Amino acid sequence: MTINEKQDEIIEEFDLFDDQLDKTQYIIDLGKKLPPMPEKYVTDENRIMGCQSKVWLGAEPKDDAIHFYGDAEPTAQISKGLISLLIRVLQDQKPEDIANADLYFIDRVGMGSLVTSRRAGGLAAMVQRMKEHGRQHA
Amino acid sequence: MQSVLAPIDIQRVRQDFPILDQMVNGKQLVYFDNAATNQKPIPVLNALAHYYEHDNANIHRGIHTLAERATQDFEASRQKIKSFLNAEHIEEVIFTYGTTDGINLVAQSYGRKFLNAGDEIIISTLEHHSNIVPWQMLCEERGCVLRIIPIDNNGDLLLDEYEKLLSERTKLVACVHVSNALGTINPIKTIIDMAHRVGAVVLVDGAQASSHIELDVQAMDCDFYVLSAHKLYGPTGMGVLYGKRDILNAMPPYRGGGEMIKEVTFEKTTYNDLPYKFEAGTPNIADVVAVRTALEYMESLGKENIAQHEHELLLYATEQLSDIRGLRIVGQAKEKIGVVSFVLDGIHHQDTGVILDQLGIAVRTGHHCTQPLMSRLGLAGTTRASFAVYNTKDEIDRLVQGVLRVQKMMA
Ligand SMILES: Cc1ncc(COP(=O)(O)O)c(C=O)c1O
Repeated sequence: MTINEKQDEIIEEFDLFDDQLDKTQYIIDLGKKLPPMPEKYVTDENRIMGCQSKVWLGAEPKDDAIHFYGDAEPTAQISKGLISLLIRVLQDQKPEDIANADLYFIDRVGMGSLVTSRRAGGLAAMVQRMKEHGRQHA
Repeated sequence: MQSVLAPIDIQRVRQDFPILDQMVNGKQLVYFDNAATNQKPIPVLNALAHYYEHDNANIHRGIHTLAERATQDFEASRQKIKSFLNAEHIEEVIFTYGTTDGINLVAQSYGRKFLNAGDEIIISTLEHHSNIVPWQMLCEERGCVLRIIPIDNNGDLLLDEYEKLLSERTKLVACVHVSNALGTINPIKTIIDMAHRVGAVVLVDGAQASSHIELDVQAMDCDFYVLSAHKLYGPTGMGVLYGKRDILNAMPPYRGGGEMIKEVTFEKTTYNDLPYKFEAGTPNIADVVAVRTALEYMESLGKENIAQHEHELLLYATEQLSDIRGLRIVGQAKEKIGVVSFVLDGIHHQDTGVILDQLGIAVRTGHHCTQPLMSRLGLAGTTRASFAVYNTKDEIDRLVQGVLRVQKMMA
């Protein structure tokens, strides 16, 4: 699937919920399912300096794509859920597609404020970091 | 000031704060972030508009009528603050841009002149970053040593330990009157007296105390007292430094520019007298003028009445929140203002804040600009609800329901 196909799929899933709190619940549940990141990626270098929770993002070139690993500190479920969504969209895509991705799903699922504002642990910084990896390997 | 201890009609008070009457994320707003900044009543909003509509001019300079009116209004605020603090002399009231600005003024002006290598500065574990960093900067520059008063697990200062830190090397004690993160009300008079016994001067950070506690700088006998208007139902970007006259007179100016001079030639400049010596440049005139209205507004309600109401909210919130399993209140000092900081087992404060916001409840989460305090408590942060005169028990019930909802969603 392309990045946009994945985004559209997520938008459809979120469209099932009318209420913002239900969407948040969905994100929390995704967070709970995020597989723990391999220990070797939990480094200072991979730490995303956002705001309130600790977040890491690791990346590995794989064939002509990039494979991401992400995690947040154990209690930060919303951050984990957002990481899991971002990874789902950009996982194993081509570097240049990652670098140039227009991540419209963030606003469309109504999580824009969570991702861009400081309160969600710099998820905007997370997007930046993923795109940087894309550019580096493009 | 005449104040009758009568229950305040909160519903009437709320009408003075139009900002409260709004929906946030589809829910009626509950504003519990008052320790960060509280909301402004209509009279203050009107005072700001009135100033710009009728009186705006630069002060102390023009001879025209508007300039005269603006100057009078500006100086009337100084007079008002003098009585608010019960300062002895009008020139002891210096206008600043806020608490942070006032502390920096003292650190840079007093500190650079009177502190030397090996001198000691004492602060407490409860300090806000703005009462830590300016002293660290000074220590780095002057070779002074920073010492820290420890706390117990309730958030009370350990005065015995403070006593041990005091010596003839202690030159300055800078201590918060009321903790923004935990709500602890410090025994400030005792702290000041102990410092004076070894000849140290004392700066009190009154940012949180000023809207909750009756202030009397003469009775306290502090050497400096700093506060921010925006935590006093007044505008942002305006604050006050109180200093004892003799000490302020002995201090060099902090910033150079207009207003703070007597005469300028290229060879030599002579400085203006207090308080203008410390008020270089065009000050924040409109906001200074509006502060008077904010203080009058608090007086009209009665500061004791406000304190009484907030205390009831504190007791109610403490009781209700304590009943929630998995919730721990952080900060159980003997005396507190209306601040409840708490942590939830297994739940990140950030997630708590996000969900409460979606429920229309504004709280502060994180370290509250008190990182050393948080690390002393072994926490990355807390969720903090802080109360003001317009808050109600119903709103606390909303918070309690909100917390239960957070726990349910995270379970
Ligand atoms: C105890 C305390 N000190 C200092 C400050 C800094 O005040 P300002 O940002 O208005 O300068 C605050 C503000 O949060 C505070 O709570």
